[in-house]
Amino acid sequence: MTFLVRLARSQAGASVAATLLALAAVTLVVIAGGYDIGHAAAALWNGSVGSSYSFFTGTLLRATPLIIVGLAVAVAFQAGVLNIGAEGQLLAGAATTIAAGLSMADRPGWISVPVELAAGMAAGAAWAGIAAVLKRRFGVLEVISTLMLNFVALFGVSYLVRGPLQESTHLYPQTASLAASARLPVIIPGQRLHLGFVAAVMLAIAAWWFMRSTAGGFRIRVVGAGAAAAASAGRVNVDRVVFGAFLASGALAGLGGAVQVTGVTYALFEGLSPGYGYTAIAVALLARLNPLAVIVAGIFFGGLEAGGAGMQRDAGVPSGFVSVIEALVVLGVLAVDRARSVAGERGQPTAGAQAA
Amino acid sequence: MTDAAFALSLRGVTKQFGSTVALDSAGFDVRAGTLHALLGENGAGKTTLMRLAFGMLRPDAGTIETYGTAREWRSTADAIAAGIGMVHQHFLLVPAMTVAENVSLGDRGLFRGFDPRVAADRVRRIGAQTGLVLDPAARVADLPVGAQQRLEIVKALARDAKILILDEPTAVLSPAESQELYSWLRSFVARGRTVVLITHKVREALAIADDVTVLRRGRVVLSGRSHELAEPAVINAMIGSAAPDEMQWPMADSTPGVPVISLQHVSMTDSRGVQRLRDVSMEVCAGEIVGIAGVEGSGQHELLRVLAGRLAPDGGSVRLPARIGFVPEDRLRDALIPTMTLVENLALKEAGGARGMMQWTSYEARALGTIREHDVHTSGVRSLASALSGGNQQKFVLGRELEGSPDALVVENPTRGLDIRAATRVLAELRSARTSGVAVAMYSSDLDEVLSIADRMIVCFDGRVTDTPVEADAVARALLGLS
Repeated sequence: MTFLVRLARSQAGASVAATLLALAAVTLVVIAGGYDIGHAAAALWNGSVGSSYSFFTGTLLRATPLIIVGLAVAVAFQAGVLNIGAEGQLLAGAATTIAAGLSMADRPGWISVPVELAAGMAAGAAWAGIAAVLKRRFGVLEVISTLMLNFVALFGVSYLVRGPLQESTHLYPQTASLAASARLPVIIPGQRLHLGFVAAVMLAIAAWWFMRSTAGGFRIRVVGAGAAAAASAGRVNVDRVVFGAFLASGALAGLGGAVQVTGVTYALFEGLSPGYGYTAIAVALLARLNPLAVIVAGIFFGGLEAGGAGMQRDAGVPSGFVSVIEALVVLGVLAVDRARSVAGERGQPTAGAQAA
Repeated sequence: MTDAAFALSLRGVTKQFGSTVALDSAGFDVRAGTLHALLGENGAGKTTLMRLAFGMLRPDAGTIETYGTAREWRSTADAIAAGIGMVHQHFLLVPAMTVAENVSLGDRGLFRGFDPRVAADRVRRIGAQTGLVLDPAARVADLPVGAQQRLEIVKALARDAKILILDEPTAVLSPAESQELYSWLRSFVARGRTVVLITHKVREALAIADDVTVLRRGRVVLSGRSHELAEPAVINAMIGSAAPDEMQWPMADSTPGVPVISLQHVSMTDSRGVQRLRDVSMEVCAGEIVGIAGVEGSGQHELLRVLAGRLAPDGGSVRLPARIGFVPEDRLRDALIPTMTLVENLALKEAGGARGMMQWTSYEARALGTIREHDVHTSGVRSLASALSGGNQQKFVLGRELEGSPDALVVENPTRGLDIRAATRVLAELRSARTSGVAVAMYSSDLDEVLSIADRMIVCFDGRVTDTPVEADAVARALLGLS
């Protein structure tokens, strides 16, 4: 326990401590549920990292959208924008990507794929833009507007796959598949892992560099950490930075959707995302909004999802336990943060002047 | 009242936070029916001592007595039940709720229900009895600071407080409001009640208190009747040495240069539609300190931000230099980002205009130069702003704003919450900036402070400004709109 406490004092340590506690808690629940813990753990291991297939086509394939969308959430949260609508922005991006891709079936891949990804980013930005405009013009809380827009996007996809974009036989609620030239190439023969994973990692490195080294990234950080000081001491145009970060976040989430449909599903259907936009919030928080750590957290959660499927298949343990781990990790990180800030307040009172 | 001579006695109280000894066997007696001032610099342990008396903290050692009875508080509820009330430096009010609701918060009974009429009657009754009149239906967020403070006192009185502890109550008040509060406290004491006033303002304490106790580094270093104590002796006790030389104000002569900031017929209406500035014309010249005074809400808040280029007026013309430093009063909100390092907080000043890459190496060197030049005590430029004491935060902010030789400097309540040593240092920095040719505009709610440093005085009243001589009487009349 003292080891955990000491670990929790360091920045990354809090995340690791929270993860260990979550795993321990779930272990207890699995045992209490009467399952064979050894068997379950082996299945989790085999499903996520036990073989090259489970690692590349299980873990890393699932990690790809989690990393990209996790970056979307991290960028928004860094600016103080609580964009919890990544799921909707992802779906808007996926739908637009498919629409663009299907209309370019006869073009070569070096034209169609970039156009598809750009269309997905633009759609994600536009979808976030609705909430961003509502916030800027009318002060609508983005926590509410982005969450609501998730449902709008979901029903929008339902409509599209039964209406204008439905495949030609009109039997299934989904679109036709993208032509082979309009798909992201597979990077390892015999596996399904595609170029999107490499792009996700490079994007994370670029985002890390941007936030740390550029003036634009610094503005996002100061606005998120202290908007009043940014405006007064730094003369930063806070509204504009918030608006820009909001759109950038939407564009990244839309890219996540675009990469998923061009790299994995090749078609649009309702169950396209098993909640990647929500899991990405957990990824970003576990990574403490650090883009490089998003890579690690994304792969970790990708492994949990892949392993959870294996656990259900081989050991009969419901894969819902994986969601419990994810939720506990987030709660753990928040609890450790809270504990730390309370401890900080005790040592040194912060000015909480309410005088208007 | 009671037979016991002492309303409150603390004996041998010791309290440690981690390795820091906040109180080291401190103790003092408060005579019933008197006003007792507890003096000390920031960090001397005044607030900690009173938090112990109010049951917010438990002492590691020592005893607490009220009216001759030994007490051991389990929580503040015990202290409140025993007749102690405390008004904290940072108000504990719910801004979205009404006055009556705030007074009723913390009443006992989960299911007894809240009756707005009864609550409002109680506020009115206390108002009638004590003169602390408040509108029970007003929302706290709409109340001026002085009224919020009255509300905090009313809250304590609603719990039947016989001993009232106030932590730096005048820090947020204008001089007129402070006078009002002090005369009310005297009348409260005259009715047999007891007041403990935590403050670092020596002159005020000696003028208003019956008894004075001085804390330094967690120990009681001086205690006595205020009419028997001389101001220099009290200051010596507080800071542990003769007052620094800067306490005297040898004002080097300086001839004002050309106007650097100039406002012509400026007017300004805030977002609520209240006109804050009316036809203001003024100049600040190179090499002078323009002192600004005004009671809360007279327009000085907006005026300072227009002078600093942080707020664009609705009407009139403004001429500002390229580089203006601004030291706002709420440094943790408007000047610093507490969760960032000093390097980042230095870079903050250029955040709005920066392009391309951030030059972190150069910012680090500049931050290092700033902490050296301005005597900022810190473990290094990579420590977080929140890790600095209030005085060092302020020295850093001032240093940052003076860095790169600005043409003008606008400062607002620059010594608020600072102890004498840090305040002295800050004022000395302002005077040396003036001597080196910077155009300085300074507002302080402490009139003595502005008068001690200003070359020229401007008084705000109802959104208008008037020039006044640098004399207390003239300024005081102008503050009230008389001239």
